[in-house]
Amino acid sequence: MGIPATLLPPRWILGFALALLGARLRAQDIQVPPPPFTEGIFPCSACHDGKTLKVNPVRRELQGMHADIQLQHGPASRWCLDCHDPQDRDRLHLASGEKISFKVSYELCGQCHGEKLRDWRAGVHGKRTGSWNGPKQYLLCVNCHNPHSPHFQALKPMPPPVRPEAIQARRGGAL
Amino acid sequence: MTCPHPPEGPEPGRRRFLGAATTAMGAALATLAGCGRDQVEAFLQHNFRELTPDELRDTVARLEREARSKYGKEIHIGTEPALPGVLFGYALDLSRCIGCRRCAKACVKENNQSRGPQIEWIRVLQMDKEQGVDVTHADPYYDPELVPQEGHFYMPVQCHQCRNAPCTKVCPVGATWQERDGVVVVDYNWCIGCRYCMAACPYGARRFNWGEPGLPAEEVNPDTHYLGNRPRPKGVVEKCTYCIQRVRKGRYPACVEICPTGSRKFGNLADPASEIRYILEHKRVFIFKEELNTKPKFFYFYGV
Repeated sequence: MGIPATLLPPRWILGFALALLGARLRAQDIQVPPPPFTEGIFPCSACHDGKTLKVNPVRRELQGMHADIQLQHGPASRWCLDCHDPQDRDRLHLASGEKISFKVSYELCGQCHGEKLRDWRAGVHGKRTGSWNGPKQYLLCVNCHNPHSPHFQALKPMPPPVRPEAIQARRGGAL
Repeated sequence: MTCPHPPEGPEPGRRRFLGAATTAMGAALATLAGCGRDQVEAFLQHNFRELTPDELRDTVARLEREARSKYGKEIHIGTEPALPGVLFGYALDLSRCIGCRRCAKACVKENNQSRGPQIEWIRVLQMDKEQGVDVTHADPYYDPELVPQEGHFYMPVQCHQCRNAPCTKVCPVGATWQERDGVVVVDYNWCIGCRYCMAACPYGARRFNWGEPGLPAEEVNPDTHYLGNRPRPKGVVEKCTYCIQRVRKGRYPACVEICPTGSRKFGNLADPASEIRYILEHKRVFIFKEELNTKPKFFYFYGV
């Protein structure tokens, strides 16, 4: 029933069209700053080249390199290669397997946090600078949320206002 | 019954009154004549809304001269009018604000508030989560090592730019009014310092210059607006204007740009595609003291 399979365009054409559409959507995307990498850490392939350092797909506590990373993000089963692509370390991958650049990491975050991604695109989640009636500068999710430990960090507050009784009058009247 | 005696001494007749009045006027004129030209013009200056374009240009030039001699640097005083088709609105995300007070301090710098005696247009209230929004349980003086504190949420309060503004109604001289883009402004050269507006404001958003504003010359922001952040004299009321000197040029208010959590949102209520309209249409919005029918253009919302 339905459309005979022979009348449908070949699968590679569909795939190509979808890829084009995807690229188009990306091109319209919002201007964001470069990803905030730790100094000297990128490109990851400088070490993770697949030759001198082979992919180790075993979930484990990291020793030596990257031991500073505290992974506090979602369920305990989550680990590096859920987001980082094992074959191409300079890119991330979506759940679908599609590889994406670190510059559009919000697409990865949006797989789980779809509502936040929607609000972020609308300019409601996250900080905006620039012009209310013109171009705006966005921030990537990872500019505010450490992807490995995304809870927003507590800050030291600026000093409280002076209490009225503590405002001293100068000589000769009220200041 | 006999008539009471007429008062002793010369009769306080019309001639005597006119004589005294003429003397007084003469004295006043002599005083004015003894002043510099700028002082005379300052004394005779009209309300901002009544100035002709020529008068406005001369007035701004004089105020810029005064500011230069006071602070020793060039201070630009703009008079940009409201943009057509624009009604400014503001929304603050109560679920994201962590009470770090960076907005209040950025506002002081941008808007040339007095450093001492201290004036801050934004007041951040720490509230109990158990009590909800309740000003009787609000503390503006919290000072822990880190914010947010467990069991609390934070609610910054500033001018709500009410459409039905009680402050502008009580002003006896018309020194404060609502502009076409919805910003409630003060003409500091027309304000007489009676502070009725402060008593009328249910949000405690207005501040009075009890003393000569302490504003170090090196900290003066020279990019100002007549109705906004130009340096103020002693004895006048001031308040948040959504950074009128910035927003009328398309920029965001300083508090929006400094907020590290992105809790502060600003835009044009008349534009259906604006961020602010998205919030009003998609989020749970809360109007502070809504029962007073002040119709604020400042909204609180819950972003999560």
